[in-house]
Amino acid sequence: MLGDIWTVFWRDWVVLKHRMTAFILSRMVAPILYLVAFGWGLGRSIQTAAGGSYLDFLVPGIMALNSMNISFNSVIQVHAEKVYHKSIEEYLTSPIWPHAFVIGKTLAAVLRGLISSAIIICLAYAFGANFTITPLFLLVLVLNCAVFAEIGFAAAMYIKTYEHMGQVNTYALLPMSFLCGTFFSTHTLPDALRWFIELLPLTHTSYLLRGIAMNQEVSLLSVGVLLLYLVIVFVVGSKAFLKLRE
Amino acid sequence: MIEVKNLSKVFKYKDKKNQMAEKTAVDNLSLDIKAGEIFGLLGPNGSGKTTTIRMLTMLLKPTTGEIFYDGRHVDIDDKDVREVKQMFGIVPQNLNFDMDLTVRENMELHGRLYHMNRKDREERISELLKYVGVEEVINDKVRNLSGGMKRRVLIARALMHNPRILFMDEPTVALDPQVRRRIWELIRQLANKGTTVLITTHYIEEAEELCDRVAIVNHGKLLDIDTPQGFISRLGRYVVEWTEGTHKEFKLFNCREEAGQYLTQLDAPGGIRKSNLEDVFIEMTGRKEGL
Ligand SMILES: Nc1ncnc2c1ncn2[C@@H]1O[C@H](COP(=O)(O)OP(=O)(O)O)[C@@H](O)[C@H]1O
Ligand SMILES: [Mg+2]
Repeated sequence: MLGDIWTVFWRDWVVLKHRMTAFILSRMVAPILYLVAFGWGLGRSIQTAAGGSYLDFLVPGIMALNSMNISFNSVIQVHAEKVYHKSIEEYLTSPIWPHAFVIGKTLAAVLRGLISSAIIICLAYAFGANFTITPLFLLVLVLNCAVFAEIGFAAAMYIKTYEHMGQVNTYALLPMSFLCGTFFSTHTLPDALRWFIELLPLTHTSYLLRGIAMNQEVSLLSVGVLLLYLVIVFVVGSKAFLKLRE
Repeated sequence: MIEVKNLSKVFKYKDKKNQMAEKTAVDNLSLDIKAGEIFGLLGPNGSGKTTTIRMLTMLLKPTTGEIFYDGRHVDIDDKDVREVKQMFGIVPQNLNFDMDLTVRENMELHGRLYHMNRKDREERISELLKYVGVEEVINDKVRNLSGGMKRRVLIARALMHNPRILFMDEPTVALDPQVRRRIWELIRQLANKGTTVLITTHYIEEAEELCDRVAIVNHGKLLDIDTPQGFISRLGRYVVEWTEGTHKEFKLFNCREEAGQYLTQLDAPGGIRKSNLEDVFIEMTGRKEGL
């Protein structure tokens, strides 16, 4: 069982190794732009409600949205393995534990998410941001990567064409990137919208990461919400994977 | 070894007008394939050969019917289906390589999926790639290989874990005759050592040369099963061929004299030759397309 998960993970690791430099370089572009534009440029003229610097407020939000984007987009490559290359069939006919595929792909996406998060942490320190990293902070980051990896997996299983995958990015991930407590606190939003946004997983990740980074008390209920999401999307993704055989 | 009872597959799909449609790809198929046998599924395109193999290899859920391996009933969702899958070597009709990996990495992934240890993996990879003659491209990305080379790697990959049952779906398509013969020889060797082989083909010559028994299928239905020679002697050892207008006609006969008489009665240019499986096939399916 563990060996099978490792096999699936190993494959993604080999592919990542082939393109490590390109991966890291391309992952630096968006966070650098966010840090420069919003943290450094705009942020110097902004006072946050708590009175701290906007850059300190922003860094956890960027880590939340970036790890979401990286893990989601890492796993949607499975779409090509399913539709174009059909290499997913090798896994379906092989004697591996059936859930090893979903779990291995998720773990590989978590790894990518963590690598790019590490890059942002370094960049943020270089920009002079102050924040605290605790084991809980890392756990939340891992959970966030895993949740969005599995959402990406389920999407890759259900969606038929690559264009539709792009639409998921535009209509689901992009709005979440901006609205889920990443760049500004959700308290300023109208109630109806705020309620809706607080149901989304990324909001809880932003809230948790920011709270921990700023040494504030955080509600573990948000960790519970992320775990619940993790279980639900795992079941949905696994079902969809096994449904490929119908 | 492989026993199939009343196997059917009905695909439900959306047609061009976005309405639900059904297609019976395999229709009430029953087979009994013996250990060490080379068994051929012969049929025109669209006759359900690939769908049958996909069901037998647990890639596709049958709509109805049962599959037995070594007398044991096997269902795609059984807990112990993994033991059965470990016996399979699969050469799919469509190349299903991991295009982001090299030849070696694809082979290694396969070895890992089939729980081989590192030493066995390395030995088998070099041994098999050498046998099929592609060892010089071992570190190339699969996407850069020629069609024929990809097919050869596909065969090598399927054999890596010494499968007891080999499923080959049109394995020699796009190979030149020399390589094809080499693959046939390999298949014969494997069968002699006890491997059971299920091969689909639309090359009649392949079925005739290689298979112990052949099942002829059309529109998802089994028409008949026999040895290649059995088919030929039942349907006629001799063929009278003649031209009528622009197209060729033929008729099968069991002895040369009858064939000769028929030819002399004909008021058309023609000749007599020995029949082959192709004549049988056309006689039974009534179609020539897909050959
Ligand atoms: N996923 C599918 N959905 C709908 N029809 C299918 C599907 N797969 C195969 N078919 C149809 O089933 C029939 C049998 O196909 P196949 O098993 O590939 O035949 P063969 O391998 O003998 O050429 C064909 O008419 C094909 O179009
Ligand atoms: Mg086919």
